[in-house]
Amino acid sequence: MSAVAHDAGGPGEPRHGVRIATIWAVATAVCVPLMIWVVGPHIPPYNGSLQTKEQHDVNVTLASLAVPILLMIWVYFGYSIAVFRQRGTVIVDGPPDTGEPRIQVLWVAVTSVLVLGLAIYGTIGLLGASKGAGGGQGPNPLVKPENANKILQVQVIGQQWLWTYRFPQYGGVETPNLELPVNEWVAFNVTSLDVIHSFWAYELGVKADAVPGSNNIAYAKPLRLESFQVRCAELCGIWHGHMNMVGQVVTKAQFASWIASQDRKYAGVTKYLPPYAPYYYPVPLRRG
Amino acid sequence: MEATSLPAASTAPPSPIWRELLGNYGLPWAVILGIVGYIVGHWVGVRITVDVQAQVETDQNDVAIFLGMIFAIFGWLGGLGFFSYPISRMLGRPPSHSEREDHGPWRYLRLCTDHKVVGIQYLVAVIFFFFVAGFNAMMIRSELTSANATLVNAGNYLTLVGLHGTMMLMMMSAGVLGPLGNYLVPLMIGSRRMAFPRIEALTLWLTVLAGFILLSAILLGGFPTGWTGYAPLADQARGGIDAYLVSFFLIGLALILVGTNVLTTVITMRAPGMTWNRIPIFVWGLAATSVLAVLAAPVLAAAIIMVGLDRTVDTSFFQAPEGGSPFLWDNLFWFFGHPEVYILALPGFGIVLEILPVFARKPLWGYRLAVAGMSGVALMSFMVWQHHLFVSGINANLRPFYMFTTELISIPTGVIFLNGMGTLWRARIRYTVPMLFALSFFFNFLIGGLSGVFLSDVPSDVTTHGSYFVMAHFHYTIMGGLVFALMGGVYYWVPKMTGWKLNEALGKLHFWTMFVFFNLTFFPLFAAGLLGMPRRVTNYNASLHTLNVFVSIMAFCLGASMLIFLVNLVWSLVFKREPAGANPWESKGLEWMVPSPPPVHNFDSIPVIAGLPYTYGMPDAPAVASLGPPRVAVPEGGAA
Repeated sequence: MSAVAHDAGGPGEPRHGVRIATIWAVATAVCVPLMIWVVGPHIPPYNGSLQTKEQHDVNVTLASLAVPILLMIWVYFGYSIAVFRQRGTVIVDGPPDTGEPRIQVLWVAVTSVLVLGLAIYGTIGLLGASKGAGGGQGPNPLVKPENANKILQVQVIGQQWLWTYRFPQYGGVETPNLELPVNEWVAFNVTSLDVIHSFWAYELGVKADAVPGSNNIAYAKPLRLESFQVRCAELCGIWHGHMNMVGQVVTKAQFASWIASQDRKYAGVTKYLPPYAPYYYPVPLRRG
Repeated sequence: MEATSLPAASTAPPSPIWRELLGNYGLPWAVILGIVGYIVGHWVGVRITVDVQAQVETDQNDVAIFLGMIFAIFGWLGGLGFFSYPISRMLGRPPSHSEREDHGPWRYLRLCTDHKVVGIQYLVAVIFFFFVAGFNAMMIRSELTSANATLVNAGNYLTLVGLHGTMMLMMMSAGVLGPLGNYLVPLMIGSRRMAFPRIEALTLWLTVLAGFILLSAILLGGFPTGWTGYAPLADQARGGIDAYLVSFFLIGLALILVGTNVLTTVITMRAPGMTWNRIPIFVWGLAATSVLAVLAAPVLAAAIIMVGLDRTVDTSFFQAPEGGSPFLWDNLFWFFGHPEVYILALPGFGIVLEILPVFARKPLWGYRLAVAGMSGVALMSFMVWQHHLFVSGINANLRPFYMFTTELISIPTGVIFLNGMGTLWRARIRYTVPMLFALSFFFNFLIGGLSGVFLSDVPSDVTTHGSYFVMAHFHYTIMGGLVFALMGGVYYWVPKMTGWKLNEALGKLHFWTMFVFFNLTFFPLFAAGLLGMPRRVTNYNASLHTLNVFVSIMAFCLGASMLIFLVNLVWSLVFKREPAGANPWESKGLEWMVPSPPPVHNFDSIPVIAGLPYTYGMPDAPAVASLGPPRVAVPEGGAA
């Protein structure tokens, strides 16, 4: 610990550095397992998809790493505040240390290693099995699931103030409802017709900005038969807070019958839709 | 006329109030000419667009609004007398009376080039707008006590959110540089004035005007974009967004000017002996902030002009169908916006590291490392802006790079913690109100910084982006970091500025209520964000209702705590004045060697600096400066 070097100071002085280090070690030994096994399982997001699992694991890991750092600072400050206080009214100066270079170098080196480790860890999480961890990756994703072009394609179209979904593999039908098959990769192709929105399917761990004139692709693999909420996560105007709907993860057979029913229901509309494209330019936006 | 009445001021009866208000350049004329300017500009705007308007479907004329505001700016500045000096000089006349440093309380309503008057004007303005924006926050929290829009409708709610965010960001970015920077930098580096006194006054009055123009958005129908002003939503919005654009442009301009002024002052106006490694750490913090302001704010100003052109003359900078790109605003705004959050954070670092040694009675631990840390933050803050765009789909392949740079910036920030820890080691801490605020900075900023690590990690950011987690994070860094540090600075330096102590008991009550309720307000919001509550919405899941009601109640208590601060200011500075003396804190800083409040000319003779002002525990060390013999007769009015 940084404190030890100064401890040699006074002969009657207790060994503050050892005390701080001991308190910190005990607190860490108690709190880190608590964070991992008691608090950790309750940290959102949960296990709705491969992506939320990845996000959940990252959150638990980062929280468990944060605990020792938090405790180190808190214990140090708490100890200093309690012990190194001015007693009485006479003002006495403390020892004139102006900074021990070895501690400074050590501190910068340790934080650098930590930071480098975090960046590598984050990059692995991003590029690993979750294929972008559910985040929007732009038109040419860096990582994609196998057979990325054959998996279910869903075009998410943000517009003020509604989400609609087009299914190019099912005749380009456009519907305001969303059901997805379980245990299958889905590619969300997110775009917008007017201003910037952000497609946030909370239980699926997907978030991708919907930007006019741009196709933003995010991958997800739902794992549970459950409903999921869709919200808008980028301020898009007056009814931003109302751009929410509820989708459903269903079995493969249910999905097939659902998409067929949507096809029939919206057949009259589909023939007037523009041909499927990565993005659309409706009439230019009305100005202020 | 004032020039003749001054020498006899003690015997002559005070001049009537209407003459004080209207007999000279000043705030009343600024308001009148500002309003007249708006009306004239609006009329001109309507006249020149009369043919175009017939073809436009909306009832609002942005050309007229913009022209009105531009005319209002010039009317405001003219009413304050900013054109008097250049025009007199151009006509070959001597400088007119607006150049003189007035006496008496009325100078606080006028253009005054004394850096100490400007500092106090700034402080009053910043506190005023801080309370306006805080009141908006109270209304936001009132609305969020129910899971659906009840008290205010969705449009007004967004206006409240936008006003709160923009006002706080604008005022807090000027919050330390303006009041404490203008007041203290000359005193701490041994100078008699700032490098550009007229520019220093200009930045103040631009900031005040920007605050009022932003409030005028209410009259123009509000604006729906929040403080980020994302285009193309800003292209599409109604007239209130014009007020946002003009006011933010003015703040950008003020930031550039105040940054230039502080930098020039620090570089050129230091007293003899004040070498670069003897500059107080607070001044270093402000210098680093100024570099950010000077380099980042022009980008904001340019982006705002682009939106203004999109809205008035139908350019298409942000219109995808016509060849523009919405990503352009994202990039330009955050290229400004991320340095901007360090414009907010760095002065806080400076204040805290300046206060700690005084009340720990120890030298600042690792001065050079602290300077390196602040410079490192300033430098790196330009390389991280795309972490605001992790899920936007732009340059997705660069995300690992921005993840790395973002986490890198925690190294220089961590250094500030090491400085604090080293300074406290075996210290003799006195728990005065400024020290309590400085210590709480580390508590709050640590939580803010560690939550930032979650946001910098892309997989975690996918959940938390755009949610209340982000909102809690930046309130922990900006309010928990900067506002707590600023409060510490106010309690520390107001006795110097006014000559009166602030009440210690009320100050402690303010601190403890603010600290407790701040944490109870914002810590639960991390959970709200992780549980899926997006920012800037009136309606949220019913399951989050209890949490939000709790947060709202805590927020009201936090608001009440700020009222204690106000009561303390009024009580201590108006009703129960207690002289502070030159050096109430037993500090070794240069600014504490002159009387409180300092005389107009600051120093009788220019001081000679002998070292850093942190020589606690070094009985043999010389005083930070030798002030020279006191001047025998100070001429009336001092020297400019």
